[in-house]
Amino acid sequence: MKVGILMSGNEVDFMIHGLFKYSFFGHEVWITTSHVCILIVMLVIIGFAIAANVKMRHAEEIPTGFQNVVELIVEKLDGMTDGTMGKSGVKFRNYIGTIFIFILLSNLSGLLGLRPPTADYGVTLPLGLMTFTLIHFNTFKHNKLKDIWKDKCSPLPPWLPIWLPINLISDIAVPISLSLRLFANVLSGVVMMALVYGLIGKLALIWPAFLHIYLDIFSGAIQTYVFCMLTMTYIANGIGDSEA
Amino acid sequence: MEFNENFIRGCSAIGAGLALIAGIGPGVGQGIAAGHAAAAVGRNPGAKSDITSTMLLGQAVAETTGLYGLVTALILMFVKPLLP
Repeated sequence: MKVGILMSGNEVDFMIHGLFKYSFFGHEVWITTSHVCILIVMLVIIGFAIAANVKMRHAEEIPTGFQNVVELIVEKLDGMTDGTMGKSGVKFRNYIGTIFIFILLSNLSGLLGLRPPTADYGVTLPLGLMTFTLIHFNTFKHNKLKDIWKDKCSPLPPWLPIWLPINLISDIAVPISLSLRLFANVLSGVVMMALVYGLIGKLALIWPAFLHIYLDIFSGAIQTYVFCMLTMTYIANGIGDSEA
Repeated sequence: MEFNENFIRGCSAIGAGLALIAGIGPGVGQGIAAGHAAAAVGRNPGAKSDITSTMLLGQAVAETTGLYGLVTALILMFVKPLLP
C-alpha cells in the first residue's frame, strides 16, 4: 500500500499476508498468516487435550492440581449449555464446548502478538454456517413439516404464504450476522492495536497493556460468550418444545 | 465523465467517515441497556450477576449495527472497491 494512514512514516499493518502460494486445480491458493495462527491455536488446544486425557486416565477421587482445572472447565461449559438449552443441551455439550474453547483461544492469541484467526472472515463464516446447519437440521429432526411451514408463514395463516420470503431472509441473515459480529469485533481490536503500535511507535510503552485488557481479553471473552449463547438459543428455538 | 484516482480515494475516505455515524445508534442503545441494568441492580441487588450477564449479552447484540458500519468503513478504506 503506497498511501499510508495519515502519511505516517511508521508501518501500520493489520492485513493478512500470504506466506507461500501453490496451485490447486489451476487456482492460485495462498497459505496465509491466518492459517499459521490457527495452526498454533490448534496445537495449543491439542496439547492441552492430550495432557488432560493422560491425566484423567488416572483420575483420583479427590481431584488435585491439573485435574481440578480440567474438571472446572468441563463443568462450567456443561453448566452453561444445560442452563441455556435445558434438557436438549446434553447432546450439544461437545459442540458448544469445542467452539467456545476454540474462539476464546483464537481471540486471546492477540495477546501473544499473533493476528487472531477470528479476525479473518474465512474463519468466522464457517463457524456461522455450522450453526446454520445445526439449527435447520434440528428443526427438521424435531418438528413436523406442517408445523415448520406454519411457523415460516407465521404472522399470517398457513394458506397465505406472503410472509414466507421475509422469514426465509431472516433465516439466512442468522449466520451472516453471527459471523460478521465476531469478525468485526475482533477486527476492530486488531485495527486499534495496529494503529497504536504503528502510529505512536516509541511512545507505545507499557500503557497499551490496558488496551489489550479491553480489546483482547474483555471483548474477546464477551464475543465468545455471545457467539455460543446465540448458537444455543437459535438451536433451542429450532428444536422447540415439541420433544423435551 | 472521468474522475482521477485521488478523487475516488478521497470520496472513499469521506464515505468511510460517514459510515461510522452508525456508531451513534449502538452507543445510545447500550447506554439505555446499562442504565436499566443499573436500576435493576438497585431494586434487586441479589440478582447482580444474572443482570450483568444479560446486559452484556444484549449490549453485544446491539453492537452489531455499529460494527456493520465499521466493516463498511474498513472496506471503503482498504479494499477500495470503487477504484477502477
